[in-house]
Amino acid sequence: MFRSLLFIPGNNPSMIQNADVYLSDGIIFDLEDSVDINEKDNARNLVRNYLSEGHTNPSLVVLRINPIDTPFFENDIELIVTKKINYILLPKTSMDALNILNDYLTQLEQKYDLEKTKVIALVESAQSIIQINKIAKNARVEAILLGAEDLCNDLEIDRTNKGTEILFARSKVVYACASNNIISIDTPNVYIENEEFLRTDCLNAKNIGMKAKSAIHPNQLESINKIFSPTQKEIDWAKRVLEAVETNPGKGAFSLGGKMIDKPIVLKATKIIDKAKKYNLL
Amino acid sequence: MRVGTAGSKESNDCFVTVEDAKDTKIIIDSIVGAFFYDQIKETIENTLKELNIDHVTVTVVDKGALDYTIKSRVISAVKRMKTNV
Amino acid sequence: MINAVNRFIPDNLKPFKASDDYKNFSRRLIDKKQKQSKTVFLNSIEEAFDLFEIQSNQCLSFHHHLRNGDYVIQNVCEVIQNRKLINMHLAPSSIFPSYTNLVDLIKNHNVTNVHTNYVNGEVAKIISQGHLKGKLIMNTHGGRARAIESGDLKIDVAFLACPVVDKNGNGTGSFGKSACGTLGYAISDLHYARKVILVSDTIVDQLDDFQIDGNYVDAIVQLNSIGDSKGIVSGTTQLTKDPIGLKIAKDCANLLDELGVIKQEFSMQTGAGKTSLAVVKYVMEIMKKNSVVGSFASGGITKSYVDMLNEGLFKALYDVQCFDLEAIKSYHKNINHKAMTASEYGNPFENNPISNQLSFVVLGATEIDLDFNVNVTTDSLGSLIGGSGGHADIAYGAGVTIIISPLIKARLPLIKDRVMTVTTPGTDIDILVTERGIAINPRRPDLIEKLKNSRFPRFSINDLYKLSHTITGVPRRIEKTDEIVGFVEYRDGTFIDCIYKSKF
Repeated sequence: MFRSLLFIPGNNPSMIQNADVYLSDGIIFDLEDSVDINEKDNARNLVRNYLSEGHTNPSLVVLRINPIDTPFFENDIELIVTKKINYILLPKTSMDALNILNDYLTQLEQKYDLEKTKVIALVESAQSIIQINKIAKNARVEAILLGAEDLCNDLEIDRTNKGTEILFARSKVVYACASNNIISIDTPNVYIENEEFLRTDCLNAKNIGMKAKSAIHPNQLESINKIFSPTQKEIDWAKRVLEAVETNPGKGAFSLGGKMIDKPIVLKATKIIDKAKKYNLL
Repeated sequence: MRVGTAGSKESNDCFVTVEDAKDTKIIIDSIVGAFFYDQIKETIENTLKELNIDHVTVTVVDKGALDYTIKSRVISAVKRMKTNV
Repeated sequence: MINAVNRFIPDNLKPFKASDDYKNFSRRLIDKKQKQSKTVFLNSIEEAFDLFEIQSNQCLSFHHHLRNGDYVIQNVCEVIQNRKLINMHLAPSSIFPSYTNLVDLIKNHNVTNVHTNYVNGEVAKIISQGHLKGKLIMNTHGGRARAIESGDLKIDVAFLACPVVDKNGNGTGSFGKSACGTLGYAISDLHYARKVILVSDTIVDQLDDFQIDGNYVDAIVQLNSIGDSKGIVSGTTQLTKDPIGLKIAKDCANLLDELGVIKQEFSMQTGAGKTSLAVVKYVMEIMKKNSVVGSFASGGITKSYVDMLNEGLFKALYDVQCFDLEAIKSYHKNINHKAMTASEYGNPFENNPISNQLSFVVLGATEIDLDFNVNVTTDSLGSLIGGSGGHADIAYGAGVTIIISPLIKARLPLIKDRVMTVTTPGTDIDILVTERGIAINPRRPDLIEKLKNSRFPRFSINDLYKLSHTITGVPRRIEKTDEIVGFVEYRDGTFIDCIYKSKF
C-alpha cells in the first residue's frame, strides 16, 4: 500500500543520501531517463552500493531499469542481488517486454536464491494501454504506473493540466488495476512550483479511482500525500462505522445515522482505517 | 596511457581520476579531509583490493561524499579506464 | 580554571557560572555622557581626528547597520593607517567582509584589540590565524550594551554612521539615500562613549522623528556618501527551496503548534536565514488557520515580518536592525513597527528586556553537543565564522528555544560530543529539530510530557549523534591549539569559552 513514489536520479548522491528522509511512501531510484547515456554505469554503481552498504535505505525501494532493448538492461536487473529492491519499474512495458523481464528475473532468482521480485509496469504507449488487461494479469505485476508524457508523444498530442486527453488512459489503468487487485499509480506532474496545477491534477486522478501518484520533485509530495490519503472526515466516518459494528455484533446489516450499513460498507471503513494507521493519521 | 574518470564536484559527490602508474598512489583533496582523510583513503584502498587492481594513481577531489559514493565512483573510473584503450 | 560548561578560562577572568547568575548582581552604570559644547559640523574624518585628538592606544566604536555597504569604518581605518596610529582598540558591533581596510590594520598592529558581536570574511580568517596582537572579545548584542554601560568596555570615540541628521545633531536611519532603518546597536555608544561623532551624507533642517538624540552628539562629519545602498540591505532574502530545509521548517512550525505556543498574544523571534524564513511562513499559515493574533515579533526584521504586521497577524514589531528594504520602509511609516535598542533587546540588567518576553525563538547552529551547548562562533575546524549576535540573549529568555539544522552538512555531523566553541549554554536550548527527528533537552520534562503522544520521531540527542555517525562514519576529533586569540564573553560579563588559533 502506498500513496506516493518519488523519482530520484540514480546518479545524484545528494538526493540519494536523503532518500529515506523525503516524504514519499516509496522511492524510485532511476537508471533510465534522468541519467545521461554516458553515466549509466556510474548511476548503476552508485545505486547498487547505496543499497548494499548505505545505512539508511527508504522503507520502499523501486528501481527503474533501462528498457529491455538497451545494452544496460541486463546489468541493471542484477541489482536485485542486493535484496533491497521491492519493485522493478519496467519502462516501455509491453507483453513482450514483460515476458523477457520475467525470464531474466527468474534466472537471477534461481541463481542467487532470491525471493520473487515484483514489477511495476510503466505504461507509456498506445499499445501498452490496449494491452493493459493482460499486463495487469501478469503474475509479477503488482502495480501499473501511467507515463502520460511519453504516451502523449506517442499520440502526437499535447499534455494539458486539464487532462481530458489522458482520461481514457487513466481510466484503463484504474479499471485494469482495480479488477486485478493491484495498485494504480498516476503519471507525474511536471509543474514543480504551481501548487494549484498539482492539486487539480491529483484530484482529477484520485476522483476517477487512481490510488497513488508518482512525483518528480520532493516539494510535490505534501500535496500528493494529502490528496491520496483518507480525509479526516472519512476517517471519522470509518471509526463510527467500526464502533457501530462492535455494538451490533452478529448483525449482517444495521442502521447508522439513517443509512444502511452492510458488509461492503464495513469493508470500505476497514480499508480506510488500515490506510490511516499505515500513514500515521490516527 | 589509460585514464578513467567518474563523478563530479557537486556537493556530496567526488570526482575520481584513475590512471596507469608504476606504483599504486592515492591522492585525496577533500573539503572534510581534516575529519575523514583516513577513512576516505581506506575506502579507496579496499575498493582497489576488491577490484584486484594495483599500479594505478587514484586522484580524488571530494566534496563530502559518503563511503558508498566514493567506492562507486572509484569502481566506475577503474572500469572506464579499462575500456579506454 | 574550568567554568560551568567545562571550558578553560584564564584565572584573571570571571568564569561563566549560569545563565541566570546575573540575578545575583546589581546593574552597574557609569555616568551617561555630558556634552561639553554645541555640536560641531566637520567635513572629513581627518578633521574629527584632529579636533578630538584621537591618538594611539584609544578605543573607537562603530555600529554595523550599514552592513556590507559601510564606508565609515573603512574611512576611519584609512585615517588610522595614514596617521600611523598604533595599538588601537576597535569595537564595531559586527565585522563584515567589506571591512577590508581592517585586515591590514590588524596585520600591521595598528589595531591590536577588537570587541565585536559577529565577524565574517577576511578579518575573521586572519584573527583565527593569529594575526591580532591583542585579543578578540566577542559579546552578544545584549552583552555589548551591558559592557558599555558598565564601563567594562570604555569607548573613547564612537563614530556612528547616521543616514540623516539635522542642524541640532539629531539623527535617524529611517530614510535618506543610505537609509538603513533602526539604529538599535548605536544607542549604548551614543550614551556612554566619551565623544560621539555622527557621520552622515544628508543634513536637513529639522527632524521631527529621530532615534539619535543630538544632546549626546559632539560632532557631525559630513561625507558625500556613508555607504553603498546595495551593500546596506539585501534585496529580499528568499525562502529556502531546498526540500530538506522545507521539511525541517515545516516540522518546526508543526512542533510549535503541538506545543501550544502559537496562541493569542504570543511573541516570537527567528534568525534571518533561508530556512528560518520558511519557518515564519509556516507559522503564519497556522496563525491564519486558527485566527491567532500575536502580540509582537522581534529581531532583525525582514519583509516576512512586515507582511505579518500589515496583515494584522502581529500587533507590533520590535526592531533592532532592518535586513531589507521593506523593513526600512515599514519602520519609517508604521508606528507599530518600533525600534528597540540593543539594551532593550538583550541586556540582562535591563528592566524586562524583549528577549525575556518571547514565547519562542527559532535559531540555527554550526554545532551542538550532547549537553545541548551550541556553537555559532566557529566552524568545526575552530575558525571564526560568526558569533552570537543575539543568539545567547534570546535563547535564555524565550519560553521555548528551538534549534533547526540538517543533521549532516556535506558529510559533517551537526552533533559533536563537545562543540569547538561554546556560544550558548545547553541549559538554554530546549529542542533540536533535524530532518531525521527531534531531540528534547532532558532539562525540559514539561516539553517531554507535552509531546509524549506526538507523531514526531523523538530521539535522545545521543541517538541522533550515533545515527549521524552510521551515515557519515566517525569524524576525527580536531584538537585545538594552545594559543588563545580571543574570548567568548557571555552576556553577563563572565567568560564562557576561549577562542583558539586555528590550525587550518
